[in-house]
Amino acid sequence: MCSVEKRGRLYILTLLGEGDHRFNPCTIDAISAALQEVQDSPDAGPLVTTNQGRYFSNGLDLQWISQNPDVPLSTLRIKFETLLASFMRLRVPTIAAICGHAAAGGFMLALAHDYRFMRGDRSVLYMSELDIGLKFSKGFMAAIRSKLMPGTLRDVVLGARKFSARMALEGGIVDSVSADSPQTLEAAISEAQKLAGRGWKKEIYCELRLGAFPGVLEELDAHEDPYNFPLSSKLSKL
Amino acid sequence: MCSLQKRDGVFILTLSGEGEHRFNPPLIDFILSALAHVNQNAHLASALITTNDGKFFSNGLDLQWLSEFSSSRENRSQILVFKFGQLLTALMELKLPSIAAVCGHASAGGFFLALAHDYRFMRKDRGFLYMSEVDVGIVIPPSGMSIVRSKVDSRYLTEIVLGGRKYTAPMAFKAGLVDSVHDNSAKTLEAAIDAAVKMGQKNWNKEVYLQLRLSLFSEPMEKLRLGTKEGSPLLSRL
Repeated sequence: MCSVEKRGRLYILTLLGEGDHRFNPCTIDAISAALQEVQDSPDAGPLVTTNQGRYFSNGLDLQWISQNPDVPLSTLRIKFETLLASFMRLRVPTIAAICGHAAAGGFMLALAHDYRFMRGDRSVLYMSELDIGLKFSKGFMAAIRSKLMPGTLRDVVLGARKFSARMALEGGIVDSVSADSPQTLEAAISEAQKLAGRGWKKEIYCELRLGAFPGVLEELDAHEDPYNFPLSSKLSKL
Repeated sequence: MCSLQKRDGVFILTLSGEGEHRFNPPLIDFILSALAHVNQNAHLASALITTNDGKFFSNGLDLQWLSEFSSSRENRSQILVFKFGQLLTALMELKLPSIAAVCGHASAGGFFLALAHDYRFMRKDRGFLYMSEVDVGIVIPPSGMSIVRSKVDSRYLTEIVLGGRKYTAPMAFKAGLVDSVHDNSAKTLEAAIDAAVKMGQKNWNKEVYLQLRLSLFSEPMEKLRLGTKEGSPLLSRL
């Protein structure tokens, strides 16, 4: 499912295999365990998350959901919100080395990182929820909103736009684009090493992150259901 | 004052006539009933486009209406601000995607009207976007500030709100204030209709679209709600 490699002080978390790395309770637990390892390590440096194959991740495992009909839908959503919150709580800088397509929850996972490096070819970022007809929970929306500029945010959420690496760079979604997967990972690791060299205090870094993106952790922890916004305009009640 | 048509499955609301299309309670009520009609028939259309005749999209609130009876100026102020809040709320709660085809100057309240739409298309040959409040000496309420913050890249906030800078169409495009610019009014409207038709082909669930917009702009919606709460007996009858 995923592997964790320590290189010097850096950690590299890899979503393994040629599949689309979807999130179900097992895969989420595996990633959480890896994060815990990083969190517990006293001398841990930055974390780079990456993938094998052609997909970073296509999001929640809808097949698992249909194969487990007695498990309430909210269970998987809550587990994934907890995972995103864990990334927010991590006391080291995080870089997503996006070496493939990232859609829905996969895009959210990338956004939950401090930095995003993306491969230039054959990779698309896509928040598919509008096309599928799904709303976001408050936690997911807070997480998405916190990392995107207004115009890009509108295109991502209300336009369900598919972003190539170049579009993602222009829209401020990713920080850098490299030619292929190995170069993307190399660039991310190189940046991670630079960040490691800054010698930042872990508690301070984490507090700064939470302060820079206020409310996100609170919303993710609250696990509020996708809910309907009250309409105040009398005209909208028609 | 304003007319509502339907063309190619797209609603087009036109602020009619050669004037400045300034907002007073009668015009706002006209527009609110047009929006109510749009909401009732949302299932038959793909989007709403708001546009204008003449040289002005809108120059904002009708300050002349405020001073018509000097003894009631304070009351009129309250009423006009309240009603304008109702207008922005109704737009943000619209059951369809919205495009402002800005074919002329949009200042103060007119700029806000454009911002309250999901997308902005603008004519290149004449007109600017201008947050004139600082020059005229009017305070922008928290709801307005919240809308600006949610729709405008933060690097331009100071020069727009505190600097009263006038944005021509090319400048507005560069700053991400508008999504596209066109040679003249006719071409701007045409482009907006094309975009609306393309959105219609995506067959988005409109209830989901509305909820996504409301959750995306939850902070401005909260502030707008506070502004239009039934407080005074006078205002609640409006």
